[in-house]
Amino acid sequence: MTVETKLALSATEVRSFSQNNNEPAWFGSLRAEAIEKATELPMPTPDKTNITKWNFTEFPQHTVESATFSSLDELSAEVKEIIDIEGQENLYIQRNNTAAFLKISDELKAQGVIFTDILTAVREHSDLVQKYYMTDAVKVDEHKLTAYHAALVNGGVFLYVPKNVVVEKPLQVVFLHDNADASLFNHVLVVADSNSAVTYVQTYVSTVEQSNGQANLIEEVIALDNAQVTFGSVDVLAKGFTTYVNRRGHVKRDAKVDWALGLMNDSDTISESITHLVGDGSLANTKIVVVGRGEQKQNFTTEIRHWGKNSEGFILKHGVMKDSAQTIFNGIGKIEHGASKSNAVQESRVLMLSEGARGDANPILLIDEDDVMAGHAASVGRVDPLQLFYLMSRGLSKAEAERLVIHGFLAPVVTNLPIESVKNQLTKVIEGKVR
Amino acid sequence: MSTLVIKDLHVSIEDKEILKGLNLTINTNEIHAIMGPNGTGKSTLASAIMGHPKYEVTQGTIEIDGENVLEMEVDERAQAGLFLAMQYPSEISGVTNADFIRSAINARREEGDEISLMKFIRELDKSMDFLEMDQEMAQRYLNEGFSGGEKKRNEILQLMMIKPKFAILDEIDSGLDIDALKVVAKGINEMRGEGFGCIAITHYQRLLNYITPDHVHVMMQGRVVKSGGPELAQRLEAEGYDWIKQELGIEDTDAVTEEA
Repeated sequence: MTVETKLALSATEVRSFSQNNNEPAWFGSLRAEAIEKATELPMPTPDKTNITKWNFTEFPQHTVESATFSSLDELSAEVKEIIDIEGQENLYIQRNNTAAFLKISDELKAQGVIFTDILTAVREHSDLVQKYYMTDAVKVDEHKLTAYHAALVNGGVFLYVPKNVVVEKPLQVVFLHDNADASLFNHVLVVADSNSAVTYVQTYVSTVEQSNGQANLIEEVIALDNAQVTFGSVDVLAKGFTTYVNRRGHVKRDAKVDWALGLMNDSDTISESITHLVGDGSLANTKIVVVGRGEQKQNFTTEIRHWGKNSEGFILKHGVMKDSAQTIFNGIGKIEHGASKSNAVQESRVLMLSEGARGDANPILLIDEDDVMAGHAASVGRVDPLQLFYLMSRGLSKAEAERLVIHGFLAPVVTNLPIESVKNQLTKVIEGKVR
Repeated sequence: MSTLVIKDLHVSIEDKEILKGLNLTINTNEIHAIMGPNGTGKSTLASAIMGHPKYEVTQGTIEIDGENVLEMEVDERAQAGLFLAMQYPSEISGVTNADFIRSAINARREEGDEISLMKFIRELDKSMDFLEMDQEMAQRYLNEGFSGGEKKRNEILQLMMIKPKFAILDEIDSGLDIDALKVVAKGINEMRGEGFGCIAITHYQRLLNYITPDHVHVMMQGRVVKSGGPELAQRLEAEGYDWIKQELGIEDTDAVTEEA
């Protein structure tokens, strides 16, 4: 069965949006071609979740205007908590679709680091963006949603770290969603040139209860030879979005990408995190925590694909499910022919807090090479009544005992987030959700 | 002084009756040893007093100073002054030993009257030194990856920090080498005195060389069948249990399976 999907914008509208933004010609063409493709291409088919009835395409308006922040004092308390106001030297805040605040240290500028919103980057660093934007990692024509994204991009971040530059302190981005009619087509592009190192941490935060819009997010991380990228994200998007989030790593020789992702959306969400270990000796760590609640339906596909020899990939996913939430965890370790001496390891654990919740962990190993190592572990279970008995026998209430067990269950990922304030925020979000 | 009174206690697990009318009274300032062959319900008694979810009390009463323990949730029993040092303590990942013990202490205090961090650290350091535990164990996850001996020491550490009225030690000596046993006994002897009563459940008389009990009880077939002083334990060590069976006319019929 094919479902007629009505796209919200025509090719003409997309072109005029691009012209109004003063985007370079290549970017306008990319958008226009993408909207054509979006009408023809099929939807993605996440394993074990049927999304034919999900609405990924309709929204009230493509962009909304929001006020910028002239100082961090103007932020709401909720947003302030995420940021070390005094200490954070490099910070970008996007408010709905508006580049609302940017602070970048002189040191970073002197090193040649580029850290700006994606639409400014397209204008001011056109060649550099063009080289990496939807070329090596995510392709425009993978399916309808990648093409739709490419056509409608209306926000995001570009981060470029030049050769041999080591950025010591984490860079921080906050995507603030405070307008129920906003749709987020954010594109994050992180390029770490050879021998560089950077830590990037972003937070998606909704301060409105309900969204009428779409979230179609693509984030690409390109780690060139011997570069190291740590990418942290905490996603807390509101109910009402239909969220498609595609995180893709492209890791060259001896390079390393660490993902630490706290996926706390209240929306229905299709999330894929795929890292390609293209270079010999490359390494990826993907750590994910998820809490599902209410009637939420989510699908998390996490894959590390080995092309380079001696490449190593580790996937760790911990999920907590409550109420009637339904979640699929697909974990894929794929070793291509020729990627000898590679090591693919994955672990998925799901903790069920209620009878009505569903959580499926599907570990998959696809191996096309003999001389490799691979392993997986998966489990779905309830809170161990003996653990609760033990904790309560010391005087802790049942609620507190459960809180400790859940906290401990999610700790292996939470403790990996590189910014203290973001880690604290994630802990708080988790506690709010599992209460 | 506080008193723990167990009367006519019947306990089943999965519809199989393990305890069949057990009576026991202990006061603070007393140490009671409960001995007996395997499978007579000793660990069931320990678990039932604390409120283990798998054990069902079908008859009888347990009271502390007249308060009905059986109506209390597990945490309320702890608040009322009970403590169970478990034979197989659970491992809790992601929660440090120190944080856990501090939460347990504060759970017994009123809001606003929490133990100060400095005082807590002082007491924890002191108790860990006393039990010859490596300070680094405070920051490790609760029991995770601990050896059998480390887990038992950690149970005694919690006992010393929480200071309950009544401690039930469920085979605290099993699997311990002699040095670890001495340390564990040292901890319990340190607690001994006004305001502290103890039920030490054991297979082996060996523990009682280091902790002298005031009373010794023998359990068979789900009941206390004989009580006496420390000399009873010594006779059991020398002669085994057969003389009691003969004396009381007990036949080995349905030895029950002891639950872990």
